[in-house]
Amino acid sequence: MAESGGHGVGGAAGVMGGSAPYARRGPSPTALGRWLKGERLGEDAAIALAAGRAAARARARMIGRRVLLSLPALVGVVIVSFVLTRALPGDPAAYFAGPAADAQSIAEIRAQLGLDRSLPEQFLVYVGDLLGGDLGQSISTGQPVLEELARRLPASLELTLSALILSTLVAVPLGVAAAARQGTWVDHACRAVVTAGVSLPTFFTGIALVYVFYYVLGWAPAPLGRLDLLYFPPEPVTGFYTVDAVLAGELETLRGALAQLALPAVTLALFTMAPLARMARAAMLEALGSDYVRTARAAGLSPTRVLYGVAFSNAMLPVVTTLGMVFSFTLGANVLVEKVFAWPGVGSYAVEALVVSDYAAVQGFVLAMAVLFVALNLLIDVIYTLIDPRTRQGA
Amino acid sequence: MTALLDVSDLRVEFATRHGVVSAVQDVSFTLEKGETLGVVGESGSGKSVTSYAVMRILDRGGRIAEGRVSYAGVDLRAASEREMGAIRGREIGMIFQNPRAALNPIRKVGRQIGDVLIRHARATRQTAHDRAVEALRAVEIRNPEARAHAYPFELSGGMCQRVVIALALACDPRLLIADEPTTGLDVTTQKAVMDLIAGLTRARGMSAILITHDLGLAAAYCDRIAVMKDGQVVETAPSAQVFARPAHAYTAKLMRATARPGARLRDLLETPKPEAPRPAPGAALLVVESLAKTFADGVRAVKGVSFTIREGESLGLVGESGCGKSTTSSMVMRLLDPSSGRILLGGEDIGTVPAAHFPRDRRRGAIQMVFQDATDSLNPRFTARRAIADPLMRLTALGGRERAAKVEALAEQVGLPLHLLDRFPHQLSGGQKARVGIARALATSPKLLILDEPTAALDVSIQAVVLNLLADLRAELGMSYLFVSHDLHVVRLLCDRVMVMRGGEIVEEGDAETVMERPAHPYTRSLLDAAPVPPALAAETPLMETARCAP
Repeated sequence: MAESGGHGVGGAAGVMGGSAPYARRGPSPTALGRWLKGERLGEDAAIALAAGRAAARARARMIGRRVLLSLPALVGVVIVSFVLTRALPGDPAAYFAGPAADAQSIAEIRAQLGLDRSLPEQFLVYVGDLLGGDLGQSISTGQPVLEELARRLPASLELTLSALILSTLVAVPLGVAAAARQGTWVDHACRAVVTAGVSLPTFFTGIALVYVFYYVLGWAPAPLGRLDLLYFPPEPVTGFYTVDAVLAGELETLRGALAQLALPAVTLALFTMAPLARMARAAMLEALGSDYVRTARAAGLSPTRVLYGVAFSNAMLPVVTTLGMVFSFTLGANVLVEKVFAWPGVGSYAVEALVVSDYAAVQGFVLAMAVLFVALNLLIDVIYTLIDPRTRQGA
Repeated sequence: MTALLDVSDLRVEFATRHGVVSAVQDVSFTLEKGETLGVVGESGSGKSVTSYAVMRILDRGGRIAEGRVSYAGVDLRAASEREMGAIRGREIGMIFQNPRAALNPIRKVGRQIGDVLIRHARATRQTAHDRAVEALRAVEIRNPEARAHAYPFELSGGMCQRVVIALALACDPRLLIADEPTTGLDVTTQKAVMDLIAGLTRARGMSAILITHDLGLAAAYCDRIAVMKDGQVVETAPSAQVFARPAHAYTAKLMRATARPGARLRDLLETPKPEAPRPAPGAALLVVESLAKTFADGVRAVKGVSFTIREGESLGLVGESGCGKSTTSSMVMRLLDPSSGRILLGGEDIGTVPAAHFPRDRRRGAIQMVFQDATDSLNPRFTARRAIADPLMRLTALGGRERAAKVEALAEQVGLPLHLLDRFPHQLSGGQKARVGIARALATSPKLLILDEPTAALDVSIQAVVLNLLADLRAELGMSYLFVSHDLHVVRLLCDRVMVMRGGEIVEEGDAETVMERPAHPYTRSLLDAAPVPPALAAETPLMETARCAP
């Protein structure tokens, strides 16, 4: 107890003196301190720099390895899609020949399509074409599959991306607010959106939106594809009408494209909002209850800083993962929305091809999707290593 | 002289699903400038809640219902959130248990310190990094410049705790609250961290509150001690006085239950009991010869250890984290395949049976394990009955009725009331869960029991009971124990012989008393020295000198 008085004085000086307490540490603060500063700083800075370069190299290696690892998956997709399309019931030759054809003309067409050969032979031909960049020709439209996919894929991507951007912009703040104010009206609103989003099928919300905004209110254009007939499509650069319109400087076309895009994008966004909002809320709640948030609060960081600077950045990790998953399933699953809005995307193309056993079209679609999935997962992984230092370890 | 911190009649309530519960009531204490107060209590005593209430960082649903908290004349209860923000970190710094979790996992530690410095206007964006490095240097981190760029997962537990200390002290607060700062750290790391805290608070003339479950630790580092139980302070007195003349029965009970030199196993219990006889060691049961393990990444975790455990003998395996003791016990348990060496159980080499096949080996039932975390090692969806029956179902051919009878016999053997058998782990207390874990291990009547820090997660009073139970069971059943622990004092209570392990090698082996009293290896000595001065000794020797002045 006798010591405490003396310490009290020292403590007061410490508070006044700013950095002084650090200097009080060692036995001979000046000499030792200068030696430490002069000698160590250079060495330490070098170590830090080297560590940074090593980390960048490790990251590049990790990405390279991920790309290599995805190759077997693509090979598998090629084999499985080939076998599965052949296993489907239905005879493309019979379909192509038409209802009035006799057995001989069907056989001729079969030979013409190469379908009279054995499966391994057909597969070799298919792989050979594939390596040459030829996805084959659709028997129902007569167009090269590659050309049609190249035209339709941007339509699907434009729809999916705008829907996801929209849903992220709404769902993440909603989830975060719900977690920050657990039990208040925001939380209940979040729950309502999540429940509605998962329980209402997209074709229903799509039709409901068309009914209200096109039929009743007349605010939206007719749900007939990507652009009203009044406009000419912009010069294709990216294949995204909105982006191309901007690039071409055609603002009128941009407005037309956006007007067509609005309802299908909202429909899809409503559906994808649910998993994102739920994940954002759960991740945020976990982060807010964590030890490091308690440390940040105990260190006096402002509530805003704790919420956004500390908790939010950590909570975004699982949200990014979810975003990747949502993107993947939306790309394949937006066929219903495409149908409702007569959107010329790959989903409707694939369904039509499947119905008539259009082998080349179906295989082309599956392969395109697989490549997209692989690329997307790679992108998510790369983003993840950028925002989460822990994933860089051991790379 | 007014006290720096004055807490009076504090009551903290939590709104729970079962209504309002008060976690802390009628708590009063004062803290003078430059003084260090120890708040000691077992889990659930409200010691952490009290400190959170002072900082006003109680979890959701918690609130200060009554009382006054005054810091340097400022009423903290009445202070606005804005004012509190200025006090937290700048006036009162806080450090926590589990340092790695206490740091933001995705931000460089230097930046985290910089954030706090900027918040309290101790640095600008330009100077934050240099000031953070200075703060790291102040907590004696080597290579602070490089460490500032590290993420928490790249640092050891002790290093993380130094970072947390640097964070708490970055803005030169006048009061430091340390909430179990060394729980989960190795004993030598604990000593280093505590010496650092003591040194820094003294050099800066700070006051400190040390919250701990460890009376010995509080005795070694605090001027005064407040003992808490069930949300109330039962005793406050200068450290020396608490140990010399504990005024409250609970304090006396806590002191008695603490493992310390000179005390025998039964001395830890509240009610005296005759010492359990130690079975006379028989023939060699387990012979381990030059056992080694090199992992796929080239890490040589165990570098050829040899030892023998005889029937009825208890061997202690002591070492700090990363020394290879868990790898060794996992290999003996046949959960892990050794790289080389032999494991002979009753003369047969079980090391040749691949770990993947050992569960179906006829000798599997002869070795059982009791795990460190009584909670995590129980399936949360199994009742106690099902958990104890599990090895019987897998490893024995008992029928349903015999099995049910055996489970109840086992429960009685470990002192688990039969009506608790149908409860799930979350409905059981820590001590009860430990009993379930022991009963489960006993189910197949093993010859060798591997005890992997079985009491590390338990409160001292429960640890005392569980250790005694283990001694009784050994006397009754004639089992051999391989007791893995980081705590030499606990090991000595139960073991005949002790091995000290470091860096994958056994550095010292011998009779438990000899190793403890006359350690031959310097590492053993440093382990013994690092343990905080336990109460029995503390009462006899001048307190502050022994503990604080140690280099």
